[in-house]
Amino acid sequence: MSSSVIAVLIDAFSVGGLYALTALGIGLIFSVMRLANFAHAEFVTMPAYALFVLSGHPVIMAIAFSVLVAVVLALMTERVAFRPLRGIDPATMLIASFAVSMFLQRLLVFAFDSRIKPVDPLAFLDGSLTLLGADLNLLKLATVMTCLVLLVALTVFLKFTRFGLEMRAAAEDFTMSRLLGVRANRVIAMAFVLSALLAAVVALLFSAQTGFVHPRFGLQIVIIAFVATVIGGLGNLVGAAVGGFLVGVVSTLLQTFLPPDLRPFREAFVFFIVILVLLFRPQGLFPARGLKERI
Amino acid sequence: MSALLEVRGLKVRYGQITALSEVGLDVGEDEIVAIIGPNGAGKTSFLSAIAGVVPVTSGTITFRGDDILSLPMEEAVRKGIALVPEGRHVLPGLTVLENLKLGATIRNDAAGIRNDLERFLDAFPILHERRDEPAGRLSGGEQQMLVIARALMSRPTLLMLDEPSLGLAPRIVEQVYDMIKATRESGVTVLVVEQNARRALAVADRTHVLNSGVIRLSGTAETLSNDPDFEVAYFGLRTVRNE
Repeated sequence: MSSSVIAVLIDAFSVGGLYALTALGIGLIFSVMRLANFAHAEFVTMPAYALFVLSGHPVIMAIAFSVLVAVVLALMTERVAFRPLRGIDPATMLIASFAVSMFLQRLLVFAFDSRIKPVDPLAFLDGSLTLLGADLNLLKLATVMTCLVLLVALTVFLKFTRFGLEMRAAAEDFTMSRLLGVRANRVIAMAFVLSALLAAVVALLFSAQTGFVHPRFGLQIVIIAFVATVIGGLGNLVGAAVGGFLVGVVSTLLQTFLPPDLRPFREAFVFFIVILVLLFRPQGLFPARGLKERI
Repeated sequence: MSALLEVRGLKVRYGQITALSEVGLDVGEDEIVAIIGPNGAGKTSFLSAIAGVVPVTSGTITFRGDDILSLPMEEAVRKGIALVPEGRHVLPGLTVLENLKLGATIRNDAAGIRNDLERFLDAFPILHERRDEPAGRLSGGEQQMLVIARALMSRPTLLMLDEPSLGLAPRIVEQVYDMIKATRESGVTVLVVEQNARRALAVADRTHVLNSGVIRLSGTAETLSNDPDFEVAYFGLRTVRNE
């Protein structure tokens, strides 16, 4: 009994962790520039394709290449699509991010066609480990570990480094931060780079779990992560992480414990819970401060 | 001989609305210069234009002889101009200490920064006591002290203050103005904007009365308080006195 509980929990945490990282990637950019970046889906899809392109090569090389793809893509997107729109109302930027997302998705269809491609970047984690009598999938364990390490690393970065302090300041009051000398371009570029790094990790772990990529690969996880950031409280990083984690855990638990004939409707239950949360906490579980006082 | 800050023919427009028309003034080194005037006179627009927060329609702004017009706002502070905007603007979720550290964003001398931090924390025991609390939890007066100290952390040549007494109890206003005087004594030039005319006149070397985007009257506290046109200029009354 207890052994199966552990297995289910690891399962739930590995899904929750991935959603948390994705939600954080969205939240980082939202918090500094109030952009709900829909193109985050392609920030996940593109590095997954990079893994596909280099499959057969040493895994380290493939990972390095996919990270590079994610970072370059994020910086280019910021420079070309979002910087000219900075300061314009968030709705315009949201639509622009849709445009970027569509464009990149079509580009992938054009380059690789729209059929699914097999990937298995972390084949060496296929085995399982017996712990307290439970058979635990190595990949899922690694996913949970990686998510934990990244959450801690991100927290340390934001809390204890100069860059991190500047990012938190920019998230609270962008104009005031600039008056103190925080460089707008640099702090926004940094948010995009961090977002891209998180997306590349999600691409690696998620593609290793599913075993394939396709042009809408990132979209499925990013849509759920968007919901998670809203539940957590838009503009609040802790909220984004907790929201992502909760949505992942709840949907995995539903998958496990719902009667079999209701399982296909799992997402309906997830979104029902989402609606309930928002009915009682319209600002999310952890409302952000200072969302309105923006010049 | 040129002044530290020279503003000539400054015009600021927001769409159809003219906030400032043809404003010119000089701020000399080690002076306290005050700009007083009623709500909506254009005082905030004036400081915002110097700091690069709002675009200037026409005119020139030179600081230490350099043209600083149309510099992005993160550069003004690098030139030595620190603005404490109206409404204090602490970063509420960041701690008091983090707020102060951010004031030193443009500096790289770790030891000097540490020294200045200690100096401000010593000078303001309340900030020291609450240094690890979110700045948003401080009282209005404490927040005002914090943002002035934060601005000074950049080691500015010119400190600009927008309505530093707004919404504060009289006793606290005294403390804030003591801080402003001490700032000048430490060699920093001060340009302060106030609705609280009496308070500003008492501290300033020279005062300009701004109303409807135009400077109506300038002079020392003495000449201004004895000037029969003062109230007319301040309130923008078009009536003739002795009417």
